[in-house]
Amino acid sequence: MVLYSWKFWAIFLLLVFLILTLGYPIVSILSLSFRNGFDIFWNTVLTDSYYLDVLMFTTWQATASTLLTLLIGLPSAYVFAHYSFPGKRTLRGLTTVPFVMPPLVIALGFVALLGDKGLINSLLQTTFRLNTPPLMLINTIYAILIAHVMYEFTIVVRIVSTAWANLDPDIENAARILGANRWNAFRKITLPLLLPSIIAASSLIFAFTFTSFGVVLILGGAQYATLEVSIYTLAAHLFQLPAAGVLALIQMAITIVFMTVYARYQQRTSTSFNLVPNQAVTMTPQGKIDKLLCLANYLIVLIVLSPLIALIVRALLSNGDITVSGFTHIFSNQGDSFFFVSPLQAITNSLLFGACTVILAVPMGIISGFLLGNSTHWGKAFLDSALMLPLGISAVTMGFGFLIAFNNGIWNLSGSWTIIVMAHAVIAYPFVLRSILPVLRSMPPSLREAAQVLGASKRRIFIRIDLPILWRSIVVGLVFAFAVSLGEFGATLLLHRPEHTTMPVAIFRYLSQPGESNLLQALSMSCVLMFVSAAGFITIERLRFRNLGGF
Amino acid sequence: MVKRLYILIILLLVGVMPLACTAKDTLPGPEVLTILTHDSFDIGANVIAEFEAEFNSSVSIVKGGDAGEVINKSILTKGNPIADLLYGIDNTFLTRALEENIFMPYRSPLLDNIPPDYHLDPDHHVMPVNIGFVAINYDSEWLSAAGLVTPKYLLDLTEPEWTGLLVVQNPATSSPGLAFLYSTISKFGETGSYTYLDYWQDLKENDVLVKNGWSDSYYGDFSLHGGNRPLIVSYSTSPAAEVFYSEGAHTTPPSGVITSAGSAFMQIEGIGILRGTSHEKLAKQFVDFAMDTTFQEDFPNRMWVFPVNKLAVTSGVFADFAENPAIPARLSSQSIALNRDRWIKEWTEIVIR
Repeated sequence: MVLYSWKFWAIFLLLVFLILTLGYPIVSILSLSFRNGFDIFWNTVLTDSYYLDVLMFTTWQATASTLLTLLIGLPSAYVFAHYSFPGKRTLRGLTTVPFVMPPLVIALGFVALLGDKGLINSLLQTTFRLNTPPLMLINTIYAILIAHVMYEFTIVVRIVSTAWANLDPDIENAARILGANRWNAFRKITLPLLLPSIIAASSLIFAFTFTSFGVVLILGGAQYATLEVSIYTLAAHLFQLPAAGVLALIQMAITIVFMTVYARYQQRTSTSFNLVPNQAVTMTPQGKIDKLLCLANYLIVLIVLSPLIALIVRALLSNGDITVSGFTHIFSNQGDSFFFVSPLQAITNSLLFGACTVILAVPMGIISGFLLGNSTHWGKAFLDSALMLPLGISAVTMGFGFLIAFNNGIWNLSGSWTIIVMAHAVIAYPFVLRSILPVLRSMPPSLREAAQVLGASKRRIFIRIDLPILWRSIVVGLVFAFAVSLGEFGATLLLHRPEHTTMPVAIFRYLSQPGESNLLQALSMSCVLMFVSAAGFITIERLRFRNLGGF
Repeated sequence: MVKRLYILIILLLVGVMPLACTAKDTLPGPEVLTILTHDSFDIGANVIAEFEAEFNSSVSIVKGGDAGEVINKSILTKGNPIADLLYGIDNTFLTRALEENIFMPYRSPLLDNIPPDYHLDPDHHVMPVNIGFVAINYDSEWLSAAGLVTPKYLLDLTEPEWTGLLVVQNPATSSPGLAFLYSTISKFGETGSYTYLDYWQDLKENDVLVKNGWSDSYYGDFSLHGGNRPLIVSYSTSPAAEVFYSEGAHTTPPSGVITSAGSAFMQIEGIGILRGTSHEKLAKQFVDFAMDTTFQEDFPNRMWVFPVNKLAVTSGVFADFAENPAIPARLSSQSIALNRDRWIKEWTEIVIR
């Protein structure tokens, strides 16, 4: 007889992996930060009102970004869930492209689109014969918020539309027949059933923007700082590890509190209901309103992608002339540099790291999903937030933590790509977890019970019941895991060798030198990154496994 | 089925990874020398190949962020270093690294070819390899189109005609930003009727824009590349690099540099052997190699910094257009180590908060 079940070993492995890649580095760096005691806690950080302002700003911008993203993302999620229209899969693939772009590239896209000489201001100036550029968004708080919406839009679209597409329209129809108007039926029936997935998306967005680093560092100018930016400044440049450690702890604590509340709320709003395959929900647009909605959705996605489109235009224009020199140059090693890496090599590296990340992160997400299950315990809510911790932990702190924790005889830090993949996987799996949890919790237990009564083994239930229903949300999680790796979140703070150069690292290499040709090459490489990630996301969406994917 | 496969894969990965990482070191073959450096470092592949052939070795170069981050990482891993050598420690970070005692002393015989002015450490923990100057760059075409005369002195920038035209980097997050703060301290001092803080107060009232990094300010805010500010803190060699990377569009620099006495800050970069290395001899050979002419003559047209070896001859666009300020601003490493945190704090209070 087997002593322990598969489930036991899966959870055991997950915990071992998390302790190794998350707990150990964090404890290492924090114990180093506080080796001289906790005096710093009271002396510098907590008594300095500046950090209180930073905390207020961090919370404020995260809340604003989350609400704005929901406002723009929910209508789009509705259209994606309810209509089948030409280019739907491509369009949904494209929404995730901004998610992988380095903030520096997004900043350049903003300048190309909204700068004084950008596309929009030039257009407005010539159309209305204005002397000064009418839009002044660069280096303001609006730039930060818009960038956050661009990044997180895809989270709402993917997570909420997946749930919406499985929602039996008969429930709302019944309410309509019983006399509820459209708004009331939505408010009283559809919204409560959607709430778990909206909460899932919001908690991801909030965690991501609360710890926002690159966007705030680059797009807002030096007057705006989040906790994470302060941690980076203190740890990486001012050599004040203890103060950085205090802020990292505060950030972690706040994230845990927020995440516990979110998780608790999600538990309470989850109800099991009859999930239907999405073929039953989606329809081809027929009436005028349907077509208008689809058209509006194209427009929303176009607006979200507009800075990237401006970048493509900029990559092909140099001093007013059309050029492809940026694209041809990235393929040749001009000047025979030691650090040159061909785009093909960079693409291969990025895809390889992405694939390894997915292989690690997807089972981790599924296992943690089953670990949390349907329970409505406070304890489980806390466990839930603990499992989401990678999103709340300061990436800067993690970077240094990895350095100290794995700098020993066993791991060769400077030479190993496995560390990079592990760092990616740890940040990526919460996305898988958040994607599947709402679906997992709305699955009626009667389905599994029926199978059990009919004599199916646990494994058979998993393969025949759980997996088909979860498949679409697993794919959503898979897309995000892949995207996290392609975008190199946080991992750029680790060490890298030329032979491990990925697309984002190649972009940074060009942008560290002055000159038009460097800019063109960086933008061309960014276009390559856009194209490869879009192709990747669209391919992943087509993934089918036996009869899976019908849901 | 699927799950079992996944679990098998995790098991394999978790089990095999540490082995895979160590396998590299135990393989027989040429001795591997690992060099840690900052993201801006660049060198010719042929130069490294020459070293590898001459000393029957293999050189691995690891990048770990900007200059400050790299030093931080070396300090964190002190005694059990992630590399054998550190390339790119400059005079602004030197004392910090010396206090932490991360380098082992080595006096290269080639130091005799380097002017004493550039020597970094009397105890030879670090050997000088290159110098650079952080200075204000201006977009020449923008200025002439606006009918403005090119500025000559730092003090000019507080005049009303330069309102809203300058972008600098945050000294708390950027190495050129910090160097520019140092040049204002060196120029205006901390005491007297007009201190460096008065100068920054005036710059602030003149609507100076502060960004966190060089790349985002140079490509995002500098008018030469689509931004709206014609004045920026960059390097004295940036205009030369603009010619080199212009695809033939420019035969002379499209931008200029303020090089008047005491306005450009000199950064001396060095190379040091990290304590705890197991390749001491090879590391010393590389230090010599980096100070010799082959290496010194290769990097000016790719890293845009000056060689320190008197015998090194620069060539091409670098030789034609790289600006070498006659009287640069300088601060002693000791004074920087002593006051750095306070200066940044005072600057932050005045300019950002």
